[in-house]
Amino acid sequence: MIQIRGLTKTFGKLRVLDDLHIDIAEARVTAILGPNGSGKTTLIKSILGMVVPDRGDVLIDGSSVRGQWAYRRNISYMSQIANFPANLRVREVIDMIREIRRQPAPYMDDIVQRLGVEQFWNKQMQHLSGGMRQKVNVLLTFMFDTPIYILDEPTTGLDPLALMHLKELIVRKKAQGKTILVTSHIMGFVEEMAQHIAFLVDGRLYFDGSLEELKRRTGTDTLEQSIAEIIKRNYAAV
Amino acid sequence: MQLYKIVRYVIRDLLRSRWTYVYFAFYYLLGMVLLFINRDLSKAIITLMNIITILTPLIGTVFGVMYYYNSREFIQLLLAQPLRRNALFSGQYIGVSLSLSLSLILGLGIPFSMYGVLYSGVIWDFAVLLVIGGFLTFIFVGLALVVALANDNRIKGFGYAIFLWLAFAVVYDGLFLLGLLYFRDYPLEKFALGGVLVNPIDLSRILILLKLDIAALMGFTGAVFKKVFGTSMGMVMAFGALLLWVWIPWQLMLWFARRKDF
Repeated sequence: MIQIRGLTKTFGKLRVLDDLHIDIAEARVTAILGPNGSGKTTLIKSILGMVVPDRGDVLIDGSSVRGQWAYRRNISYMSQIANFPANLRVREVIDMIREIRRQPAPYMDDIVQRLGVEQFWNKQMQHLSGGMRQKVNVLLTFMFDTPIYILDEPTTGLDPLALMHLKELIVRKKAQGKTILVTSHIMGFVEEMAQHIAFLVDGRLYFDGSLEELKRRTGTDTLEQSIAEIIKRNYAAV
Repeated sequence: MQLYKIVRYVIRDLLRSRWTYVYFAFYYLLGMVLLFINRDLSKAIITLMNIITILTPLIGTVFGVMYYYNSREFIQLLLAQPLRRNALFSGQYIGVSLSLSLSLILGLGIPFSMYGVLYSGVIWDFAVLLVIGGFLTFIFVGLALVVALANDNRIKGFGYAIFLWLAFAVVYDGLFLLGLLYFRDYPLEKFALGGVLVNPIDLSRILILLKLDIAALMGFTGAVFKKVFGTSMGMVMAFGALLLWVWIPWQLMLWFARRKDF
C-alpha cells in the first residue's frame, strides 16, 4: 500500500504537484494518467525519493520514505527514458544492479530468454537501439521479486512481441498480489492492464476510481474517449 | 560497503576512459622532459612545483565537471536503487579524485624513480609534492562537483567551475599582492597568514616551499609563515588547513546532492 499525503512540489514558478492525495492499493494495476506536464513522473520520482517534495509525504506500508533509502529494496522501477551509462555492457549493468541490490533475481533467465537479451548481452549500451535498451529496462525491472513495481511509460519503443511479454509479466505480477503503478499514453494498453485509474490535471487528483466508473462518469464507451472528455471539460472550465 | 562499491564502479569506468591515460601520459612526458632539461632532481622538483600547483587544480576542475555531466544516467539509475545518496555522491567524488591522483602519482613517479629519486636526498621533497598534488586534486574535484550539482546547464556549470579555478590560481594572487602593497604601512602578518589559508593553491605552494626550505626566498607570505610557525609547525598547520579544504567542498557537495531533484 502506497499512500500519497498532501504531496506538493514546485519547480521554479511551476506547481507540478499540488496537495496530492492518492492511495495505491495492492494486487491491482493502478494507472496514473494525465496530460503532458500533469505531474505523473514527478509523483513517481517522489515515491522513489529522486525528487524531494516541498510538502507532504509518501507512506509505504505506513512509514514515511523521507530521507530513507532501504525501502527502495521493495521497489522495482522502470524509468521513462531507458538511459544507461553509455560505456557499460548490458551484462555489466545487470551485474552492477544485482550487486548493489543483493537480492535474488529469480526471473532473470526466463526474461533474458523471452526478450532475446542474450543477443546483445555483451554489447555496450551506447550501441543499442532504443527498443533494445527498453528490453534491458524491462529485464532490470522484472528480474527481482519485489512487492512494488513502478513503470513509467513502459511500452515506449517495444516491438509487438516484446510488448506482449511485458503485458504477460504485468499480469503475472498482479496475480502474485504486487502493487503495480504504471503511466502510459497508450490508452489501449492502460485499458487492457489497469483496474484502477488516477487521473491528474495540473498536479491535482481529478479522478480516482475504477475503469468502469470513469467510463460511466464521462458517459463514454472507451477509455480514450473518457480521457478526451475530461481534458475537454478542463479546458472548457478554463 | 555501499561507498566502496560505488568507488570501484567509478574507477573501473574511468580506467576505460581515454582521458585517464591522456592525463597519465601527460605527466609521464612532463617528468621526462623536466629531468632531461634540468639534469638534476632538485631543480626538476622546483619546476614541477609551479606546474603542479596550477595544473592539478585545473585538471581536477575540468574532469570533475565533465564526469558529473557525463554520469547523469549512472546517477539516475542508482538513485532508484536501495543506496544512500551520500554513498553515491561520495563514491563518485572519491572515485574520480582517486583515479586522477593515481595518474599523477604514477605519471610522475615512474620517470622520477627511473632517474633514481628513491635513493636520493630529495625523496621526501618529491613525496610531499605528490601528496600535495593529490590534495589539490581532491579539493578541486570537490569544488567542481559542487558547481556542477548546482547548475543543470552544463555550459554554465563548466564556465563557473573554470572561473573558480581562475580565481584561486590567478586572480586571487593578484588581488592579494595589491592588498599587501596598498596596506604596506600597516603590520600585515596576520592578514597575510589568513589570506594564505583561504586559498588552497597558495597554501600548497607555501607547504612545498617550507619543505624545500626556501620559503624565505620565495615571497612575503612564505617568510611570514616560517617566522610565525617555524618549519615543522608551519607544515602541520598547512596540512591541517588542506585537510579542512578537502572536507568543506565535500560536505557542501553532499548538502547540494541531498536537496537536489533528479
